[in-house]
Amino acid sequence: MPLEPSSNFTQASSWANDWETLFYFEVGIFIFFSVLIFSLILYFAIKYRRRPGNEAAPPTKDHLPLEVTWTVVPAAICVVMFVWGASLFIRNGLPPAGATEIFVVGKQWMWKIQYPDGRRDINELHVPVGVPIKLTMASEDVIHDFAIPAFRIKKDVVPGHYTTLWFTATKTGTYHLYCDQYCGTSHSAMVGWVIVMEPAQYAQWLSGGGGGGGGGKSLAAAGADLYKQYACSTCHDTGRGPSFVGVYGSTVKLTSGQTVKADDAYIRESILNPSAKIVAGYTPIMPTFQGQLSEEQILQLTAHIKSLAKSDADGRKVAKP
Amino acid sequence: MSQAVQEVGVLPRVHYLNASYGWKTWLFTTDHKRIAWLYLAAITFFFFVGGAAATLMRLNLIEPQGSLIEPSTYNRMFTLHGLVMIFFFLAPSIPAVLGNFLIPLMIGAKDVAFPKLNLLSWYIFMAGGTVFLYSVIAGGGVDTGWTFYTPLSSTYANSNVMSAAMGVFISGFSSILTGLNFIVTIHTMRAPGLTWFRLPLFLWSMYATSIIFILAMPVIAITMVLLMLERFLHFGFFDPALGGDPILFQHLFWFFGHPEVYVLVLPAMGVISELIATFSRKRIFGYSFVAFSSVAIAALSFLVWGHHMFVSGESLYSGLVFSFFSFAVAIPSAIKVFNWTATLYKGSISFEAPMLYALGFIGLFTMGGLTGLFLATLAIDVHVHDTYFIVAHFHFIMVGGAVMGYLGGIHYWWPKMTGRMYSDRWARIAAVLVFVGFILTFGPQFILGYLGMPRRYAVYPPEFQTLNVLSSAGASILAVGYVIPLIYLIWSARYGPVVGPNPWGAKGLEWTTASPPPTENFEVTPVVTEEAYAFGTGTE
Repeated sequence: MPLEPSSNFTQASSWANDWETLFYFEVGIFIFFSVLIFSLILYFAIKYRRRPGNEAAPPTKDHLPLEVTWTVVPAAICVVMFVWGASLFIRNGLPPAGATEIFVVGKQWMWKIQYPDGRRDINELHVPVGVPIKLTMASEDVIHDFAIPAFRIKKDVVPGHYTTLWFTATKTGTYHLYCDQYCGTSHSAMVGWVIVMEPAQYAQWLSGGGGGGGGGKSLAAAGADLYKQYACSTCHDTGRGPSFVGVYGSTVKLTSGQTVKADDAYIRESILNPSAKIVAGYTPIMPTFQGQLSEEQILQLTAHIKSLAKSDADGRKVAKP
Repeated sequence: MSQAVQEVGVLPRVHYLNASYGWKTWLFTTDHKRIAWLYLAAITFFFFVGGAAATLMRLNLIEPQGSLIEPSTYNRMFTLHGLVMIFFFLAPSIPAVLGNFLIPLMIGAKDVAFPKLNLLSWYIFMAGGTVFLYSVIAGGGVDTGWTFYTPLSSTYANSNVMSAAMGVFISGFSSILTGLNFIVTIHTMRAPGLTWFRLPLFLWSMYATSIIFILAMPVIAITMVLLMLERFLHFGFFDPALGGDPILFQHLFWFFGHPEVYVLVLPAMGVISELIATFSRKRIFGYSFVAFSSVAIAALSFLVWGHHMFVSGESLYSGLVFSFFSFAVAIPSAIKVFNWTATLYKGSISFEAPMLYALGFIGLFTMGGLTGLFLATLAIDVHVHDTYFIVAHFHFIMVGGAVMGYLGGIHYWWPKMTGRMYSDRWARIAAVLVFVGFILTFGPQFILGYLGMPRRYAVYPPEFQTLNVLSSAGASILAVGYVIPLIYLIWSARYGPVVGPNPWGAKGLEWTTASPPPTENFEVTPVVTEEAYAFGTGTE
């Protein structure tokens, strides 16, 4: 689908405005000190140039108050920048509860986007305007980096880890998406578009209108299929392994006596490296699925397990067995 | 203007250059001055190799779709450029050439503490360089980026990673031994009366650099071994598919890598102190503050590595700590800039070529340092990380800082090394070309980065073309500025006017002996009775 950016570089997220304010503050500091040093050098160079009557310079005396001044003043300015930058960073660190979750898998050299209801995109991310979006990102191979300059955000996509990135788009339009971490031969072709739509348009697009990768099953349904295909039920539905009903988001007790929150990263680790954290009361008998499941399939399985934690058709919380 | 180019007649009858003849007397020499020349020849070669790679890159980036080379070749070019410039040009540039030549001369010694070790360092450097060049010539190059990030380098890249990593591994030992040699030399071989606080500031910066060499270089050596073990024998250190963690590599690499960039710029700071003092006829303002700021930079440089990982998923607390220390390391740099500027006040300033480089250094280093503050700011880094902003920033430090310092130093001590002077007019033209070409090359890259253009892209969206063409135009001016000195310096070594021991009217022991110095440096061991840069005390 040929696309033209409606705007190459604009402030299209809530964070972008805060970012610009701080950036221009630092540009101001940059200009002030650059101009100060350049002017002083120029002024001294002209005024004190060697010429008749100025062949010898008077000896230099150290001047402690000056030294203190140009230590303390830059230090104070640095503290301001540190605190401002850190507080902005912290404030935008965690996605708000209830953010729409979209999954991103990076691989040499494409971005695979999965929406919870099963819609897929390659190198295109469709999002509604004004809604907080949380991206959960994984890599199939090397380190990539998901960067959207119009939103002023980026985050590495690291194999073996989940990383997250969140934003609220504030302007509809089509924006550049880049891989910012060098990832091999076609690194500079690992680019795409972020398409910010009106919510109604987005809903229509999600339900199958307007091209893009074909619909298919929802993530959770695809995960349920994998669950059968890999015979997970042989143990996990028979009591040999822990049941998954109501597990997602809960706190799990381990044989080591520690506890762990059952989140995406924990489930991923338990599939790939099952003996790392054993649930209390069970023995480490599960084989590893390293190399058998792709990152996308792990995301699907996780979505399936997540769906088991949700309330059932009558709206009651499903009881733990 | 000054007594700079007055011909004083004849060279000393015997000096270190004509004391013996034949290639053996050079390749088996233990004279620190001759070893400096061996390094000079080697790194000049590497400089133009790295420069050729940069030329291909800038030519390719004139067109958004790449005008010249395939992306796979482009990737090999920026990897070659980075590795050569950092490990085989900048790291040895000022320390191994000027440091080797000058440290014994500046402290009134006959040679460094371990002359044979000094020669061994050069051979290790050449061995590392040869292995590295093998990866380029016979192996078709390496395409991992100079940072060797895993698991790209350890598992996925199918270029010649092994021999490139081996070359880096080997050459690191050269720096370790050089650092060791310098530290012992400065501690034990200073002339009578030359106390620590009478040392020229160049020696303080060489001392701080040497400390970083012996602490940081072993870490890159270890990291390269782990990388080679994983790539060759599939030990699982970094690749999650083998049970490793790719972030571990980044911690190890940048624990070396950030101190390393101070290794590159600290020596240049030392050179600048010498130049500013000599050409303004003033003792450096706030001598002890400038001296201690070198040591402070060396110490703090080991506490900032995590700022390379703000967007890697690093924990919030790590981010806060590393951001804080990254701001802290800016303070000693600021102190230096203010003191250099204040030195000019009420000076008697002349503008020979070395001084032009020195003034250019202060300006460009100031801009490079200030843009570093953007990157130290957690929130700002989130957007500009891995874009051209960061490329521009570190080139302001590495080229605007380190290379300008190196060229300034070479021009300043050239008459000491050769006994002859180059054409000051051509040298000034080249200095101005380098300055203008530099600004035009890297200035636009800040804007490109702000607009979001990622680094290491062989092709790019068309809206970035104008700024890229400007940058390439600047690079062509810069290239001319680098080639001109090569010509007039070589010419002057044979035909330049003979200028005597102290053509600049400078202070410091190296200017009290003949140019070129005798093999043993001084006829009699000098005794030091005054501060460094004791201008205006009536002794000149």
